Amino acid sequence: MEPIQPSGCGCTKPDNGHAAGTTQNMSPGKAAFFGLIGFALWYVVYKQLEPFSHFFAYSLLGLERESHFGEAIQFFIYDTPKVMMLLTLVVFVIGMLRSFFTQERTRKYLAGKRETAGNVMAALLGIVTPFCSCSAVPLFLGFVQAGVPLGVTFSFLIAAPMVNEIALILLYGLLGWKIAALYLGTGLLIAILAGWVIGRFKLEHWIEDWVQELRAAEAVVIEEKPSWADRIERGREAVRDIVGKVWIYVVAGIAVGALIHGYVPETLMASIMGKDAWWSVPAAVVVGIPMYSNAAGIVPVVEALLGKGAALGTVLAFMMSVIALSLPEMVILRKVLKPKLIAVFIAVVGTGILFTGFLFNMVI
Amino acid sequence: MEIKVCGPGCPSCEQAQKIVEAAVAATGVKATITKVTDFQEIAKLGIFSTPAVVVDGGVKCVGRVPKQAEIEGWIR
Repeated sequence: MEPIQPSGCGCTKPDNGHAAGTTQNMSPGKAAFFGLIGFALWYVVYKQLEPFSHFFAYSLLGLERESHFGEAIQFFIYDTPKVMMLLTLVVFVIGMLRSFFTQERTRKYLAGKRETAGNVMAALLGIVTPFCSCSAVPLFLGFVQAGVPLGVTFSFLIAAPMVNEIALILLYGLLGWKIAALYLGTGLLIAILAGWVIGRFKLEHWIEDWVQELRAAEAVVIEEKPSWADRIERGREAVRDIVGKVWIYVVAGIAVGALIHGYVPETLMASIMGKDAWWSVPAAVVVGIPMYSNAAGIVPVVEALLGKGAALGTVLAFMMSVIALSLPEMVILRKVLKPKLIAVFIAVVGTGILFTGFLFNMVI
Repeated sequence: MEIKVCGPGCPSCEQAQKIVEAAVAATGVKATITKVTDFQEIAKLGIFSTPAVVVDGGVKCVGRVPKQAEIEGWIR
């Protein structure tokens, strides 16, 4: 999800190629064929990145292998194209996938689900359904109208911003698959559990009254059948849009990472955000709520904090608090939820994040 | 003719508005274009994802920015 800008929201410009049959038609077989060739090429280039970075730093520039500067340069030359390539691939695939998961379809699907199973499905769908913070309210209204249980709706609303594909890929690229997997797993778990808990509280009467009346309303559904060419176009648009917007953060983040990698002693943050400072987890959550950054902006910060000796649980809690609980989103949701329900939402999700922070500080 | 562009005012809604204006200008159709930003009003139209374009009471597209050629097709 993109951040809400003061002037409205920062949704990526959506789906210009949405109209069915606008581009030349391509059979699924042909599309798959070109896709495979494209992926093979991608993979070949990807595999050359590490040897190339060594060649560049140590042979071409003639830097010392063990030197700070040499290591920093090699890291930067390796990581920048690596992360950019991963980002492009993932954004493209997700962009294409999203043409299968429209909001209408998600809504219809979840309307027939019971709680618990519904919470799990909603959290998973929250990752792939196209969504941005300014459409949070219409989406919420649509869910209520379709009769999706409140707790299930919340699972979706929590997972959609919390588990972000760009954050996931950056974490993988910069910090390795274990931390990426932890982020994905705990993010989903919090969304599922928090939604389930909110469902248990039976707080439907804390939705604004005018929203309740919508249950009688009829949703307009315009079914569109995009062709394969349309889906591919959708993926390309996502790449143009998202990669075009976040590359600068990525490069800056890797540059910071490279400096840390080469120079910074690993104990700087240990006293403030280390394992021993128990209060640092709640502090990180509280500091994170009013902050709002997009995922691309926060990951380099995470990397920097970890690099300087901050504890993983504390950093993870900080990151989740920044992207999942944001003040601008609360202001928007206030239009459809009574303040009490917003308070419960913040409390439940905040508790989940706190718990995650403590758990990882304890276990790792 | 009456055209409504529904959306809370995010960049894609602004874009939809501009494209609708361009389409109206290109076809020379006489139409009033109104912006609907109130969630309640949008929901009453049965629209639950934005931006959306409504032409003379009929919802033409939901949850995306339409192409100019499409809009010209709807209003011609």
